[in-house]
Amino acid sequence: MVKPTLQTGSIVDGFRIGDLVHNGGMATLWSASRPGATMPMLMKVPKIGEGEDPAAIVSFEMEQMILPRLSGVHVPKCVAVGDFAVQPYIVMERIDGPTLLARVPDIPLPYADVAEIGVKVATALDDLHRQHVIHLDVKPSNVMFRPAGEAVLLDFGLSHHDQLPDLMQAEFRLPFGTAPYMAPEQLLGVRNNPRSDLFALGVLLYFFSTGVRPFGESETLRGMRRRLWRDPPPPRRLMPDYPPWLQEIVLRCIEIEPAWRYPTAAQLAFALSHPSEVKLTARSQRLKRDPWTTVLRRRFNRDLTWTRAEPALAAKLAAAPIVAVAVDLADGPAPVNDALRVAAGRILATLPSARLACVNVLKQGRITLDTTLDAHGHNKHIDRLVALRHWAEPLKLGDHRLTVHVLEAIDPASAILEFAQANRADHILIGAPQRSLLGRLLGGVSGRVVAEAPCTVTVVRPSRLGDQDEPPSQVQASRDTRPDGPPGSS
Amino acid sequence: MLIAIFADIHANRQAFTACLAQARRQGAQRIVLLGDYVGYGADPEWAVATVMDLVEQGALAVLGNHDNAVGSTRERLNVEAQVAIEWTRGELGPSQRRFLADLPLRLEDEDRLFVHAEASRPKSWIYVTSAAEAARSINATSAFVTFCGHIHRPALYCMSATAKMTAFTPRADVPVQLLPGRRWLAVLGSVGQPRDGNPAASYVMLDTERREITYCRAPYDVEQAAAQIRKKGLPTRLAERLFLGK
Repeated sequence: MVKPTLQTGSIVDGFRIGDLVHNGGMATLWSASRPGATMPMLMKVPKIGEGEDPAAIVSFEMEQMILPRLSGVHVPKCVAVGDFAVQPYIVMERIDGPTLLARVPDIPLPYADVAEIGVKVATALDDLHRQHVIHLDVKPSNVMFRPAGEAVLLDFGLSHHDQLPDLMQAEFRLPFGTAPYMAPEQLLGVRNNPRSDLFALGVLLYFFSTGVRPFGESETLRGMRRRLWRDPPPPRRLMPDYPPWLQEIVLRCIEIEPAWRYPTAAQLAFALSHPSEVKLTARSQRLKRDPWTTVLRRRFNRDLTWTRAEPALAAKLAAAPIVAVAVDLADGPAPVNDALRVAAGRILATLPSARLACVNVLKQGRITLDTTLDAHGHNKHIDRLVALRHWAEPLKLGDHRLTVHVLEAIDPASAILEFAQANRADHILIGAPQRSLLGRLLGGVSGRVVAEAPCTVTVVRPSRLGDQDEPPSQVQASRDTRPDGPPGSS
Repeated sequence: MLIAIFADIHANRQAFTACLAQARRQGAQRIVLLGDYVGYGADPEWAVATVMDLVEQGALAVLGNHDNAVGSTRERLNVEAQVAIEWTRGELGPSQRRFLADLPLRLEDEDRLFVHAEASRPKSWIYVTSAAEAARSINATSAFVTFCGHIHRPALYCMSATAKMTAFTPRADVPVQLLPGRRWLAVLGSVGQPRDGNPAASYVMLDTERREITYCRAPYDVEQAAAQIRKKGLPTRLAERLFLGK
């Protein structure tokens, strides 16, 4: 294989090479331009000369396969891929600004900032997982942010694609990743569990909020393996003012057993964006590490919980949806609310990892400044929260599967749509328009939600068997725009 | 160029018809047939006549062990396959038997090699069941990509420049890029008697410009294919297994 030397000013397949941007262990990054192209671009070139790490070639091949298939704001756009026969390269969108690594000198960061970073990265991971890819190297230097705030994930050289050959798996017996962030199961060679990315993000959140790396920086396999049985000190032991909700989330992310972490990145993002709704378990209160008896049991009886067959990535995501149910409480108990509860109950009964977000819109006047108190001096917002919990009570879900949200908005349809978008809901349940004149006038809400929702919408109607000329009791519309999103559960 | 590749048709008229129609809708410009046109299924005469037509129109076709068994009593087959071949001998005319006897064991087309079973000893009809056999097959050839059938279960293998093997079970309809720095062995599923637990007929589309391989599935009228097998007095298990895809 000829090994051309790239330098500033070289032309490769019509791309003019600019400055050397980064000289990494496995690849170099150059700025690149092409006549007529306005998007700033980078050319990534692997190090494949004599004496270089053979992993460089294989991980570059993986990235060449994966990056062109990815889309959306959370990844750099792939422009072109160059053959190994001549000059291997990937030309991709250049994201301006520093990586998250630039924030490391400022840590520990304020808790709210850490949660915000967590929401953005978890949202990006959710998008990646829905595209069948597990990153497997989440760390500050692989995260950037667009000007609008969305996190962008970089470097898919160690990633696993659920539907493509895993060249890294076959090539090397040793685990690949970045030592402080690598999940315990990755150390055992498991490369197909999306919760490994949640572990890495948990390490990042722990580090950014405490200034301490939970599993140290040991690069030796022996040092890294300790995380298979030894848990890190709870953040509250290091930071007395550490919020219990944040400790709950961070410690759940870095659970040794993958199944004990959040089921999906979307559910993690949801928890981080609703601190008051986080169910505080014993995790949130812990001040000490696990006792030695527990550690020894994990050390020598790992088969109690470890190694079981994993279902495909898409199946895992589909099994843990976020279901948003829009409950209208304006006129007291309506038959449609009972029907909504039945429909929600059916979905949750089949999917133990699903969670239900009950949403009510507290309608605001367009002009008048509404008071938060009703005629009797009650706080309307609190009343609605209470009413939502009351509505959901017969479902017996428990706090880890149920959240309630009152949205104050002028336009109910927009509020529901925005909630679904922001929380990456997989499915919206909404009542059908009522038959009354007022109901028909208000009925535009469900119509607009069906038309514009980013996910499956089920319109629920109380069964009126016996009435004539009635449509069936449920109408379902699927508008899933994400690639291979969960199918409509009709 | 889009090439449609079919293996192990096994006289299943309903399955092969469905595959051909679907591949043509996908824009197939060329057809390659990897052997075992007869055996197991109820329509050997139609199958061989169709293959002969396709070859006349430019398709490539190689020999399979069941095809060879029609004219040779030396082929070792399992009991049910033996019954089916004995019956098949009585169905095919002289020109059809001659066509089968004249088929080559392997064919090369640019950097592609087509063969029915493992390529190092094609006449031994070795199953490619693991990376070890795949490595032996790849090492025995100079082709960039080899296509074979015989085992009735889809699999894709590649060998890196450092001779490391990767084994992969392809997902239907997901194109996989055949990376140029490696050499590849594509094991096709079967058109006429799938054995990977999915009863739909299996074939492959190769996009030579994009260097992408896509494993495809075509649903077909299994009831009809099974009914014909029973009607012709062939072993009933040959009909039953079509419903299960195993």
